[in-house]
Amino acid sequence: MEPIIVHGLEWTTKELFVYPNEFIYWSIQIVMYPYMTGLVAGAFVLSSLYHVFDQKDLKELARFSLVFSLALLPTALMPLLFHLQQPLRGPNVMLTPHFTSAIAAFGIVFSTYGAIVLSEIWFVYREYFVAQTVALRGQQGVGLAAKRLLYHALTLGAYDTSAPALAKDKKAVRILAGAGIPVACFLHGYAGFIFGSVKANALWMSPLMPVIFIMSAVVSGIALCMLTYIAIMEWRKFRSPLAQVIDGVALEDIIGKASRYLLGFLVAAISLELLDLIFRGYTAMKSWDILRSVLYHKDFVNIFVLQYGVGNLLPFILLLLPRLIIRRTVFALIFILYGVFMMRWNVVIGGQAFSLSFAGFMQYHLPVLPHNLDTYKEGLLGALTVAVTPFILFWLINKIVPSLKFEGGK
Amino acid sequence: MKCSRRDLLTTALKATVAAALPIAAFRFLSPAEVRAAVADPALRWGFLVDTEKCVGCGFCVKACKLENEVPYDTPVSRTWVERYIVTRDGQTHIDSPMAGRDGFTDPKVRDEAVDPAEITKSFFVPKLCNQCDNPACVQVCPVGATYQTKDGVVLVDRDWCIGCGYCIMACPYGVRFFHPVYKVAEKCNFCYHRISKGLKPACVEACPFEARQIGNLKDPEDPVTRIVMTQRVAVLKDEYGTKPQVFYIGLDRNVR
Repeated sequence: MEPIIVHGLEWTTKELFVYPNEFIYWSIQIVMYPYMTGLVAGAFVLSSLYHVFDQKDLKELARFSLVFSLALLPTALMPLLFHLQQPLRGPNVMLTPHFTSAIAAFGIVFSTYGAIVLSEIWFVYREYFVAQTVALRGQQGVGLAAKRLLYHALTLGAYDTSAPALAKDKKAVRILAGAGIPVACFLHGYAGFIFGSVKANALWMSPLMPVIFIMSAVVSGIALCMLTYIAIMEWRKFRSPLAQVIDGVALEDIIGKASRYLLGFLVAAISLELLDLIFRGYTAMKSWDILRSVLYHKDFVNIFVLQYGVGNLLPFILLLLPRLIIRRTVFALIFILYGVFMMRWNVVIGGQAFSLSFAGFMQYHLPVLPHNLDTYKEGLLGALTVAVTPFILFWLINKIVPSLKFEGGK
Repeated sequence: MKCSRRDLLTTALKATVAAALPIAAFRFLSPAEVRAAVADPALRWGFLVDTEKCVGCGFCVKACKLENEVPYDTPVSRTWVERYIVTRDGQTHIDSPMAGRDGFTDPKVRDEAVDPAEITKSFFVPKLCNQCDNPACVQVCPVGATYQTKDGVVLVDRDWCIGCGYCIMACPYGVRFFHPVYKVAEKCNFCYHRISKGLKPACVEACPFEARQIGNLKDPEDPVTRIVMTQRVAVLKDEYGTKPQVFYIGLDRNVR
């Protein structure tokens, strides 16, 4: 017999009247899920700005973002598996999808998106794969032979690197990037729909939820790509002072341009969130009394100080001040990433901060030191595991598909 | 005897299929089981709670936990009883310690004393799954592990549930939870294993005051149906559009 563990009992405290079966069932991993999905979608949208809309000065950042979005992709799945009480039954979603459920399409949307990202990367890097296979031909050593074999497999037998063939590649990239934008938005908008369609939850239920999620997703994705890009570039500059200028474009210019897109999406995200808040207060439905006490009292610091203040207003000012420098941008980006994380937190945890009875409150205590599998998976360490994975994956993928030093097969 | 290759293969296939059918596949069904299996159009389970009769003894919760193997000393329960104490200042004090399992012997509500002279009214409200006609939990299950039977009861397939908790979030009544042992979604199913055999649910059986009754809403002669049709009854939270099928006599506006 398995041990008796009441899921949620460990990290939930109740106040006033809460139904006996109510606990914080959706905890940190469900905060991580939309956060990571958002980063994936945002990274892809950023890369598409170059591939579809020809924003030439974003070229380097775009190629990096594309590969980074591949590294982020599996980590959108991870929090769900960490969260499931029966993780081994996860594939059931693909076996018997029940399409009236918003989660049922996850497998399909997720794999469609994965296929688009993978094939786009293939078209971008096909020339490089061929070049590598040719360069490594006839070289000695088991390691190099294995590497050649890998690149050989990656070419999928397409060796034609003539100008018309490469032009076709480019066209395919543009089509895939174009098709990818709606799919990326769908992937994330639909994460918003998962919450927005829960009619039992007074805080979640809103048709604006998917749009709010998409906007904040793009914000966080662009911010993370910029931040990682800056970190890598600064590291390189530190190692070899000559690498300051990439393709004739200075890092400052790339970052300046990207931060303008970032600001645009940030404004859209904040406006929608405030609209939602104002509308709830103005219509003051039955649930407003309890929502008000959550928003303006229980979660005031989390929402208005940390999310809107530190996470939105502060970076907004930092990015708008004249003469943008890299260091100031870095701070702004960190605040933005934190702000979007707090937004996810305030939606997921805040949505469970009040009882369905509207007569009591629940509080979530994030398990820091795990003492069993549950408190690891749905605790700080589980969340950190998810957060660290994309960087490890990116490091691995970058060994095969160099997103930062690729010089067009030269 | 002539036996072509085709004949041999056909016979072999038939023999394999026949061998694959265990004898256990054939068994006699009770009339109730047949009705449940072929979806008797004349059956729709409904429940009636008479809050005027409930004294908050908690026998129903005890019986339910034992019958349905929900670990006895955990706070979660398929059914529970709430106590409401309304005071002169208009405040409503609500509690349900251990789901009301051990009755309400302490006059304090959540360790807070209520002056008896200030009490204007107090009553108990038993809660259980409403077996909604339009169940939100069934709608959101991503794998179809929770489903509505033809006779209206919502069940959970413990072998297929992935434990995502979406159904728990979707239920406006808070009746669902994760089973502490099986680690899948768990809820009241009107003791489906009993009612489909012609027995009464454990809580109905255990209630000493007939505050809980189950009946067939499609049978106009059924005592429950007659009360639902002829008396003033209410349901919980009908604003969610779930069409709950547990009816309450004497429901107060303070009930959550």
